[in-house]
Amino acid sequence: MSAMAGLATALQVLAVLAGAPLVVGGMRQVRARLEGRAGGGIGQPWRDLRKQFRKQQITPAGTTVIFALAPAVVAGSTLLIAAILPLITLGSPLDPAADLFGVVGLLFLGTVALTLAGLDTGTAFGGMGSSREITIAALVEPTILLAVFALSVPGRSANLAAIVSATTDHPGQLISPGSLLAFVALAIVIIAETGRLPVDNPSTHLELTMIHEAMVLEYAGPKLALVEWASGMRLTVLLGLMANLFLPWGVAGAHPSVLAILIGLVAITAKVAVLAGVLAAGEVFVAKLRYFRIPELLAGSFLLALLAVTASYFFATPTN
Amino acid sequence: MTTTLHDSPTVPLPDEGPRAARRVRGQAILSGGLTAVLGAAGVALGLSAIFGEPRHLRIGWLLPLVGVRFDLGPLGGLFVAVTGAVSIAVGVYAVGYAQREHWARFPLVMLPLFVAAMLLVPAAGTVTTFLLSWELMAGASLALVLSEHHREAVRSAGTFYAVMTQLGFAAILLALVVLSAAGGGDAFDTIAAHADGISSGTRTAVYLLTLMGFGSKAGLLPLHAWLPRAHPEAPSPVSALMSAAMVNMGIYGIIRIDLQILGPGPHWWGLTLMIFGAVSAVFGVLQASVATDVKRLFAYSTTENMGLVTLALGAATLLSSYGANLVAAMAMTAALLLILSHASFKTLGFLAAGSVLAATGLRDLDKLGGLARRMPGTTVMFGIAALGASGLPLGAGFVGEWLLLQSLIHSPHDDNTLLALMMPLSVGAVALTTGLGIAAMVKAFGVGFLARPRSAAAEAAREAPASMLTGMTLAAAACMVFAVAPVVLGPLLTQVLAALPTVGGDAAAGPVLGTFLRLPGFAGSTSPGLIAAALVIAVLLALGLTRWGARRRPAAAVAPLWACGADSLSSRMQYTATSFAEPLQRVFDNVLQPDTDVEVTHFAESQYLVEKVTYRALLADPVEQRLYTPVVRAVTTWAQWVRRAHPGSVHLYLAYGALGLLIVLVIAR
Repeated sequence: MSAMAGLATALQVLAVLAGAPLVVGGMRQVRARLEGRAGGGIGQPWRDLRKQFRKQQITPAGTTVIFALAPAVVAGSTLLIAAILPLITLGSPLDPAADLFGVVGLLFLGTVALTLAGLDTGTAFGGMGSSREITIAALVEPTILLAVFALSVPGRSANLAAIVSATTDHPGQLISPGSLLAFVALAIVIIAETGRLPVDNPSTHLELTMIHEAMVLEYAGPKLALVEWASGMRLTVLLGLMANLFLPWGVAGAHPSVLAILIGLVAITAKVAVLAGVLAAGEVFVAKLRYFRIPELLAGSFLLALLAVTASYFFATPTN
Repeated sequence: MTTTLHDSPTVPLPDEGPRAARRVRGQAILSGGLTAVLGAAGVALGLSAIFGEPRHLRIGWLLPLVGVRFDLGPLGGLFVAVTGAVSIAVGVYAVGYAQREHWARFPLVMLPLFVAAMLLVPAAGTVTTFLLSWELMAGASLALVLSEHHREAVRSAGTFYAVMTQLGFAAILLALVVLSAAGGGDAFDTIAAHADGISSGTRTAVYLLTLMGFGSKAGLLPLHAWLPRAHPEAPSPVSALMSAAMVNMGIYGIIRIDLQILGPGPHWWGLTLMIFGAVSAVFGVLQASVATDVKRLFAYSTTENMGLVTLALGAATLLSSYGANLVAAMAMTAALLLILSHASFKTLGFLAAGSVLAATGLRDLDKLGGLARRMPGTTVMFGIAALGASGLPLGAGFVGEWLLLQSLIHSPHDDNTLLALMMPLSVGAVALTTGLGIAAMVKAFGVGFLARPRSAAAEAAREAPASMLTGMTLAAAACMVFAVAPVVLGPLLTQVLAALPTVGGDAAAGPVLGTFLRLPGFAGSTSPGLIAAALVIAVLLALGLTRWGARRRPAAAVAPLWACGADSLSSRMQYTATSFAEPLQRVFDNVLQPDTDVEVTHFAESQYLVEKVTYRALLADPVEQRLYTPVVRAVTTWAQWVRRAHPGSVHLYLAYGALGLLIVLVIAR
């Protein structure tokens, strides 16, 4: 680990912190424009956060420390993921500490914290949101791990830096059937995990169709701000992960120079912006699925991931 | 869901008084203390067998003709140490539990006896000694399961357990008798030395029989049915012992007989182990995720975890049969780690469930809730157990599952269709198991301990006494060590692995459990301790973020929950365990086959107004219904036929005797 790599890792965390509200704002803006509205501007989520953070702390009666701590756990686990992923540099000092399985585990740790908070309120909405969220999470997990498996076959490792550098060394693998199938599977899973259309509608105000929003219904003020910030960061890091797994160019090496770090920052910003824009534009054309149709979608993505692994076994080009 | 009321804490004993209380107290301390001391001795003995010389003990006079012989090697040492460690926590816990639950003398006597029997099983050096200890263990556990025999549910569970455990014993008996006949001796050493000469037919027979016998003890499908019956009905410390220590003996049997003595087996041995393991894991966790009885949930979780262990064992066998020793060593280490971590979090889980049961008399999650305020200590303990069982980072189960997944994804696959198909499917099974396991544990903890109480009994709960909390703290400490510092297990696992040459033990190097868990020969590492430390820092950072703008904020306030504009929320409006798991129940409708019934009663005045809605759901075990019911029916029919043969006529019986003697003489001639 070099000092520059540590610096780049810190920059990753800061970039995710600062960029997440902008990603959310950008996606809302794209959607608004495509629907013929003016939109609130890219900076609107930042203004919302500032407003929320100045509001009064409100503790719903009867909730425990779980409810109070859950937003920090979600945000903290997401920040940690941001420090582990090779977003700007391959040399994150935390890279050997957690591979892709560890990252998935941390992601689920955040989900579990919010789910427990939803149950902790003891309202029907909290329980409903938690129940739905955990059902989706349980069904998403097999797909994620299989996609991880498919991706780790070429690099012979589940550690992210190894996967990314294996792809940069052998870009031909990107157009292999295994890689393409894994891409689609992972895309569906990320949509489900971050609660985007068609799985969940982040801007819904109808309680009966809500998943994520029902779960966090009792949050207000600074805690709500942290929950929203964290969900923006989750979206951002997952888009960043997806971008660098399948388009790993521009990522600085394990011992980067200042210029390489800057290039890495610009590259990841551009990639996430494009991906977010595509996702937002796609959302305009789909409606939310009925809740009990979601398992079918996830079963489909599971099948794709399974095919991806099998394909990467049978079509693997030896890398070493 | 069905009500599971537990009545013993409310039954006052006739001789209640200060003297009787003092006597019960003395007896409880004696019994619990003895259990803990036996456990400590087991830990010491097990560790000395792992790190030092193998221990031998021969008592010739104890059994006629063959005598009793104990040989404790590293593998047996590990299981003795695990059993001992579980017993320490359970013994300390039982001191308080037995007083609170007014245990009679019988279970107090049986508890240390059960522990002693369990410690003998992995130490047995001969077939006879093994069978003797095994039967002693089975008998003692059955007696303990039946300790609340005044309840009908307990008697039914006891019958089920007795029949299944004895059938399993019969299979093991047959297998070991065949084995010792073919191996030319009673001692395991002798058999192992002559194992090469055993014909493949005999090997197959022994393998299948032991898989059946040991598999039923380990709670593997389809012979798991005793587990979700016996575990909930047994007193909680006994459930903890059975689930965290006794089921391990089934795994020990498979490793010792099939992998260590008979191994290396053919490819299909590993394959069958993997299939049985994967099916058990997925089925167990699916049942756990819809269970509403907290102890039944943990019982199914035991099936799940033993399934994962068996899957890892199968992977190790299959991989080493293809010569991939490095990866096989990884899978075997994963199996051992999973056994250790399961023992720690399942002990804690059952003990915490026992505290809840003692405090409220309830096992039904649908009637619990709000315990976090009334029983904070127990809540923390249960939370640690649930985190461990869900396999997430920071939980005890993470490292084992991580290693298992690593061994599956690193398996060699060049021109090997079998491995190329089995490994991805196994990863899928493990992943589905983890995902559903998270849902089950969130349900158990979130519905049982958070929100508001759903019954008067849960509202009146009070915290467990100090000895119960101490027992749980010991188990929790073990969970925490496995979760953040598996490095302490490194030397231990290396020693045990070296004793298992047929399943990766002869690899140049096993996985290295240092601060970073590294895989030799592969680029892959993780560091649970570092993740935990970094996560704490990150959470503190996130808490720091909420300080932004804090100075301008008005003072914090407590406000009522959003009740959609109504006056207030009643506790009946909360989600229950049944409703929480309903989506999963619907998604896995085909596998679970729930029997649900919704009955809507309308007001007489208008059919648009609903007076009440009755929801009834019956979740029976489909495997049990499909497989066991026909067998039980067939046996009953057969018994009816046999009954006609003994109508009570002495003349007929004399004729039977004479006929039997004639046949024997003809054969023996």
